[in-house]
Amino acid sequence: MRIAELVTAIVLAILSIYFMWKSGTSSWGDGWGESIRYLEGEGPGSGFWPFYLSAVMLLCCVWITVNWVRRASPPSRSIEKYLDAYGIVMLIKVGGGVTAFIGLIHFIGMYGAMTVFLIYYIYFLGKHSLVTALSIAFATPVVTFFFFDVAMRIVLPKGYLEPLFIPLYDIFL
Amino acid sequence: MALTRRLMMAASAAVVGFAGMTGLAHAWEPNKPIDFVIMAGKGGGADKMARLMQAIVEEEGMSAKPLIPVNKPGGSGAEALVALNTASDPNHTIMVTLNSFFTTPLRQPGLGVDIMTFAPVGRMAEDTFILWVHKDEGINTFEEFLAEAKNRGDGWVMGGTGKNSEDNIITDFLNSNYGLSIKYIPYKGGGAVAKDLAGQQIDSSVNNPSEALGFYESGDVIPLVAFTDERLPLFPDVPTLREKGADFSYFMQRAVVGAPGMSDEALAYYNGLFQKVYDSPKWQEYMTKKSLMGAKLDGPDLKGYWETQRDRHESILKASGAIK
Amino acid sequence: MEVLSLLLDGIIACFEPLNLALIFVGVTVGLFIGAMPGLGSVNGVAILLPATFLVPPTSAMIFLAAIYYGAMYGGAISSITLGIPGASTAVATTFDGRPLALKGRADQALVTAAIASFVGGSVANILFTGFAPPLAAVALSFGPPEIFALMLLAFATFVGLGGDDIPKTILSICLGLVLSAVGFDVISGEPRLIFFDITGFMHGINFLVLAIGVYGIGEMLWTINSTRDEITMTDAEITVSRVMAAAKNTLGAWRGTTIGAALGFFVGILPAAGATPGSLMAYGVTKMTAKHPQEYGKGSINGVAAPEAANNSASTGAMLPMVTLGIPGSPTTAVLLGGMVIWGLTPGPRLFTDQPDFVWPLVGSFYVSNLIALVVNLCFIPLFLWMLRMPFTILAPIIFTLSIVGGYAATQDMHDVWLMLIFGLAAFLLRILDYPLAPAVLAIVLGPIAEPTLRQSLLLSDGDPMIFLNRPIAGPITVVALILIFLPALKFGWDRMRQKSA
Repeated sequence: MRIAELVTAIVLAILSIYFMWKSGTSSWGDGWGESIRYLEGEGPGSGFWPFYLSAVMLLCCVWITVNWVRRASPPSRSIEKYLDAYGIVMLIKVGGGVTAFIGLIHFIGMYGAMTVFLIYYIYFLGKHSLVTALSIAFATPVVTFFFFDVAMRIVLPKGYLEPLFIPLYDIFL
Repeated sequence: MALTRRLMMAASAAVVGFAGMTGLAHAWEPNKPIDFVIMAGKGGGADKMARLMQAIVEEEGMSAKPLIPVNKPGGSGAEALVALNTASDPNHTIMVTLNSFFTTPLRQPGLGVDIMTFAPVGRMAEDTFILWVHKDEGINTFEEFLAEAKNRGDGWVMGGTGKNSEDNIITDFLNSNYGLSIKYIPYKGGGAVAKDLAGQQIDSSVNNPSEALGFYESGDVIPLVAFTDERLPLFPDVPTLREKGADFSYFMQRAVVGAPGMSDEALAYYNGLFQKVYDSPKWQEYMTKKSLMGAKLDGPDLKGYWETQRDRHESILKASGAIK
Repeated sequence: MEVLSLLLDGIIACFEPLNLALIFVGVTVGLFIGAMPGLGSVNGVAILLPATFLVPPTSAMIFLAAIYYGAMYGGAISSITLGIPGASTAVATTFDGRPLALKGRADQALVTAAIASFVGGSVANILFTGFAPPLAAVALSFGPPEIFALMLLAFATFVGLGGDDIPKTILSICLGLVLSAVGFDVISGEPRLIFFDITGFMHGINFLVLAIGVYGIGEMLWTINSTRDEITMTDAEITVSRVMAAAKNTLGAWRGTTIGAALGFFVGILPAAGATPGSLMAYGVTKMTAKHPQEYGKGSINGVAAPEAANNSASTGAMLPMVTLGIPGSPTTAVLLGGMVIWGLTPGPRLFTDQPDFVWPLVGSFYVSNLIALVVNLCFIPLFLWMLRMPFTILAPIIFTLSIVGGYAATQDMHDVWLMLIFGLAAFLLRILDYPLAPAVLAIVLGPIAEPTLRQSLLLSDGDPMIFLNRPIAGPITVVALILIFLPALKFGWDRMRQKSA
């Protein structure tokens, strides 16, 4: 956990520096730094606040690092593992599953991806019976379709499964 | 069981619906919901108008598939323009536009958007602009306004929607043509401008009539001059700027465009659809009540209008230094 | 007393069969829309707007107001049961509602939320009916400097919200503010912070993307990791006696309810502010003035009552500038305003005198909707509790699914769904290291109100920051806010001094 604390502070510091650089970059091709000036009679430019707020973030990262050196914060004293074996496996299985879910939306749409994800989680991770998994995995998209596409008129992405939905559109929309 | 019954009912309703629809005999019809992109945020003038159009289409059953409004206000409409430019299904993607349709591609050439490639579905109206002041200013004519604004220099504050937008362009014109130095404060929406004028946080505004109507009717704000070619029927006593000797008028287009790459058949379908919307009593009533002007334009006429508007905005923006 | 008879006529109009049926349907639909993460009253109202053409304008308006009320009640449900704020107005409800649910007292939290909402709504209705015109004048006197001062005060009430680690709390606030600046700068008309030139950043980062990412994905992963599969979800039973006991406890939380109802209404009537800052400030003030502030965040009943009373009160308050000035106080009222325009009504200072046949049934429907929303909400509590009793390995994937669908529905852009995932994973990793994330979520809500008003004010004053101190309304608010912000720092320094000398 001690190493993780330092690495996180460094990553956040890099992020702050990126934000600071980006704040000074004009989308209209003015020179770097034009947008972060305090203009006479007008007040701050468009990048002024993001720039200084990011600078404060950077200072906080330095502060966190100082605390780390002094072992002043609980995570910098902790000898526990940041992520133990269980945590890593969990992150890959669950976090990876959610990531795959979102990735699949681009191909088989929200409904297809939802079905695959629910079967994966309930049957493989949750170790419930196949019947439970299948019934939830098929009921959820149906309810979602009626709630979002039909009732709320929020058309969820369909990906390559779009042709399957054309007859449904004809009936319900 | 309940579901199957519902399906059956819906299906039979759909069959009846189709029977009615075939009478119209369109060569092309949408087979899925139509993305109806709005180039502005929820609750603004463009949004209200888009939702009115959607409501008319829905109420009269004009379209086989519903219009699904999606707000894309980002980057003065840049996000909406890019979304249309890259639409995966141009035949089912249309957009409601305002004048940022002209100015945003000029100011952000990096977007790679050429508005002349968009499909000209129809210009539904032109919104008008009026100069308003608070009643307690004691100003009743445009001449008195000029004198007072000159007197206060940059202590005179004009509120408007957005930077380098329609309101800003009009303010710049007043400043350069009459030697004023009015200070312009950008707001997020016209409603907030109208409210801050009524609360005397700012000294004047160039709101659309629809935005300021409530405060006008209650007598809080006074119209001084209209930026139109002829006097507005709703404000017969308000002179135009042309009568005051300036060669200037300015309108906001309220038009529907299709995504680049839309097929001719689909364009013909949307032309017909929005012609019906335009002819509906609800739309006509709205135009009268909110003091909208402008005849319906579509096809090549609309493209011609875009071309002149784009050139005009290019010279306006160049003059104000917003683009090089 | 003319007002009372007009109001009575209005309430009676609501009991016409059509109107009453519409209120029932509207409240129920609204409740579910509000309970769905990612959807709020604005979606419900916008989508059902066209459907209201089938009925007369007055009934249509009553229907939409009923949806609005239902959704306001519903927002608390996902905050409490799932730990995901369904709308920005319900963020503060998660702070204590979620801990209560985890302690097996979800029924208590839900009942408290419902009753506090009812009280908040009722107080606001009475204020609305009695004092609409003078309050409208108050709303008009709030220009950009006053709104900014108010936002400063909102931040100030939240100084104590973060964890014990000061640099991490400050970092979290700044991160939220920077993220809220992404997209489009109204004042200069310039796109800014468009990371890697991805057009999806142009519309900015929606509050829901961060909130669902942090609470729907990050917190879920953290819960799974820290409980090692052995999670036992609440087995809260619901019986009449438990509801009565919960209601009694809620009455004990009168302090949160009162502060919420009063503060919420006042902040709600200011067009630029609205229900979200209202509920946050109510929570902050209730905690600050509490005898045992350390109980907050661990399942305090007052901590649920305050934001819920405030967000309902503020939502009713937000109707005031819409009806009397024609200025929407929130996106939802903006869409309602659009509806009124479509029906041919001109909201504004003259609406009350010109259209009494429309205004009074609408005001009457606020009272009726509020009451019916309470009843419907209480009736559905067993259903929400039943959801909580599902095995966690079934509930978790459903929450993930709802989060992703809701995240998409909010902006209808896959870019935001990916962003939500990134926030979720980052939130999980930061959570382990004790980074508080609630401040970032609050900052992303308040930032977009605070920054433009700050810069508009500076434009007005030629860049002179004294504008916040020398205006009659902004001045006192700013001073109070500054004192509150620096109070903990002073106290911290004071404690140190004493420690050293001791």
